[in-house]
Amino acid sequence: MSLRMPEPDAAVLARRAGIVRDLVAIVPGEGVISNEREMRPYESDGLTAYRQLPFVVVLPETTGQVSKVLRYCHDHGIKVVPRGAGTSLSGGALPLADGVLLGMGKFNRIREIDFGNRVAVVEPGVTNLAISQAVAHEGFYYAPDPSSQIACSIGGNVAENSGGVHCLKYGMTTNNVLGCEIVLITGEAIRIGGKHLDSDGYDLLGLITGSEGLLGVVTEVTVRLLKKPETARAVLVGFASSEDAGACVSKIIGAGIIPGGMEMMDRPAIHAVEEFVHAGYPLDVEALLIVELDGPAAEVDHLLERVEAIARECGSTECRVSTSEDERLLFWAGRKAAFPAVGRISPDYYCMDGTIPRAKLPLVLKRTRELSEHYGLRVANVFHAGDGNLHPLILYDANKPGELERTEAFGAEILKLCVEVGGVLTGEHGVGVEKRDLMPAMFSEIDLNQQQRVKCAFDAKGLLNPGKVFPQLQRCAELGRMHVHAGRVAFPDIPRF
Amino acid sequence: MTSLLKPRDGKDVEAAAQWALAEGKTLEIVGHGSKRGIGRAAQWDLSLDLSDLSGVTLYEPDELILSAKAGTPIAEIEALLAASNQELAFEPIDYGPVFGAAPNLDGKSRGTIGGVLAANLSGPRRIKAGAARDHFLGFTAVSGRAETFKSGGRVVKNVTGYDLCKVLAGSYGTLAAMTDVTVKVLPRAETEETVLVVGLDDAAAGRAMSAAMGSSNDVSGAAHCPAPLAVSLQAEAGRAITALRLEGVAPSVVHRRRALETLLKPFGEIAVLEQAASREVWRVIRNVMPFTGGAGALWRISVAPTRGREVAAAIGEGAEYFYDWAGGLIWAALPATGDGGAARVRRAVAGNGHATLVRAPAAIRASVPVFEPQDAGLAALTKRVKESFDPKGVFGPGRMWAGV
Repeated sequence: MSLRMPEPDAAVLARRAGIVRDLVAIVPGEGVISNEREMRPYESDGLTAYRQLPFVVVLPETTGQVSKVLRYCHDHGIKVVPRGAGTSLSGGALPLADGVLLGMGKFNRIREIDFGNRVAVVEPGVTNLAISQAVAHEGFYYAPDPSSQIACSIGGNVAENSGGVHCLKYGMTTNNVLGCEIVLITGEAIRIGGKHLDSDGYDLLGLITGSEGLLGVVTEVTVRLLKKPETARAVLVGFASSEDAGACVSKIIGAGIIPGGMEMMDRPAIHAVEEFVHAGYPLDVEALLIVELDGPAAEVDHLLERVEAIARECGSTECRVSTSEDERLLFWAGRKAAFPAVGRISPDYYCMDGTIPRAKLPLVLKRTRELSEHYGLRVANVFHAGDGNLHPLILYDANKPGELERTEAFGAEILKLCVEVGGVLTGEHGVGVEKRDLMPAMFSEIDLNQQQRVKCAFDAKGLLNPGKVFPQLQRCAELGRMHVHAGRVAFPDIPRF
Repeated sequence: MTSLLKPRDGKDVEAAAQWALAEGKTLEIVGHGSKRGIGRAAQWDLSLDLSDLSGVTLYEPDELILSAKAGTPIAEIEALLAASNQELAFEPIDYGPVFGAAPNLDGKSRGTIGGVLAANLSGPRRIKAGAARDHFLGFTAVSGRAETFKSGGRVVKNVTGYDLCKVLAGSYGTLAAMTDVTVKVLPRAETEETVLVVGLDDAAAGRAMSAAMGSSNDVSGAAHCPAPLAVSLQAEAGRAITALRLEGVAPSVVHRRRALETLLKPFGEIAVLEQAASREVWRVIRNVMPFTGGAGALWRISVAPTRGREVAAAIGEGAEYFYDWAGGLIWAALPATGDGGAARVRRAVAGNGHATLVRAPAAIRASVPVFEPQDAGLAALTKRVKESFDPKGVFGPGRMWAGV
């Protein structure tokens, strides 16, 4: 592991036995795991290239226990790494050698389903999919659907502001949560929002969502429920070039159509997927679009006709509309299996997550191909085309010396390119440890310091998930220092009245 | 005596903040001043007028984004978007009429994009499309430390770093002075219709709106106006009106309108408003026109939709009110005497949401909390967040909470 993490605190390491004993007193029974064999499953998350055995694993069951554990760690200067289901692709839940790994898996109850207000109140360990399943009998669902939805937890979704293939139309996590209970590192539990909309104070819910476990530990979430659309149909459109496919996406949106989902794959991705899933994808195309429309049948049929016409105008070589629910699901089965499909043709793969202005797609794909040749590593592209979120999958073999390092260098170049063309480092996977050191490509020191000052408002000692998101850790006292030039600044030379 | 600073660009804003910091002065951030009456009545040394920071700097309809300087008139942005059949989907309220501004005969909204974001405005479509916060993608701003910083980006999907856009949305100029902003824009619906149910009491209206929202008809506005106020919605109305809006492509709107009519028939008499009439009704609701220009204290109350009716009832005698957001938003007018109804409203809402005293004479806004009072933990965290952006209290100290 080449990653630089905060220096372990020798004093904390030396006190391990005592700390474990104290934690067992707070979370009795099987709530504390301290032997190496049982801690092993927690040594990494979805970003498996990085591993670190935790200091100790704590699995609380109540907000009271979370509160006591955090207060204990705060009082004793012990770092804490919160963890949901451990599916983060950016290393957000990567343990620390001297940090308590706080697993929220036992918070797995749905506390309330309120169809009248179209909300569910759930514990953070409930999986994303379980929420939709619990309300399906009344025709409702929870909209954000990250690919990992069968396993990922809603608490983790809040921490990462997770997206999914339908977020162009239905928004990300931040647009679909209404409230939460959060425990600060001091042990103080704070309730924010509820079943009502918006806040009339500072929007702390919006700040916590996507804060990657650095501000507090979420112990309850209130999510919005939506009624399922009457129907959904998908169309597969093939193109001879990614330029044509990109132009088609722009024209669909330009025509005022916001599809429920709009995904693109390039040739290597199409071939990997088709071999794996047999979704019936055309193999003689350079780019494939899946466009899904949802709503009443009258609307879906009407818009599908327009999408087909636009696709023809853009020179599509193939256009197939799903004629049954099974066929629609088959179209999606391919896309949803893109990562494992690529996993079959390569010992390892590394998934990137930049977002770009869609118009820059041809340029970014061309540069990616050039980089691919330069680094001697294959790459397959899947793309949330509607919102410009690109997932290049770099194929490598971790057992070949130097290949992981080359892959990381390649990935970093792709992300820098995303920023260069007006995009961002991460669209939905989070910064974590993975993109931490690239943050200066997008933000100045002043920008990053301001973000860290916000962190200080929640966690003045910097004990929650340190080493993630920010490339350089700074003490809050240092960040708070100001040089005020009292009486020595001239009245500004700007128009006054 | 200078009382107003009018920066020409971001550098000027930074210079103004630097000077204010050094001199220990306070600045009120203002655009067009259309929402100046919102907040606690406090005094600041100077106004920082951002209206010269004006102009759309980037508009890419296909990318669904627009960037503008913070002082750009919202009317200019809405007109530009309309020319490409797009809009700000969160449908920001124009507070002009509420504060007694002369009616805008051309139908244009007042205020600036910076003001719309700083107040986290939204309209009836909030229930479907979100508020300003949900469409705010990125900004450049000057903090109370007189440092220019940025957050977010110019793409619709981004999780890089903390989402500081959310914190600035609804901060009423108390954290930082935004100079440049980027928002998500969306296609405007091809057409719309509104289904009206006539003559329902609040309880039945609540059930009707709940049924409509719980259907797959994609309702984009759900409001209920009790009889005394319904006349503002429809001149001939003598009875309560419950309005449900459907937007989209024509075949879809027709299909869903029929479905909604069938669904709501058991509740009462149904009428349908076609596009023009529908737009007018929702403009009236969006801009809270039943309470235009009045001198009463005006409260904006957000609660769980099913609690709306009891909260309104608990406020009690002398209150006039109507509901938006399927019952979850109550606009209530109370006499502008005493505490402007603060005690009653706060008691009625208690723990179920929040109430903001949007309009009241300065004397009342100086003596009662304007924003929902916070418990000790949240209040302390709020204060620390304020200090993380503005440690010396340069920007609008005391506007939202005393001592913050």
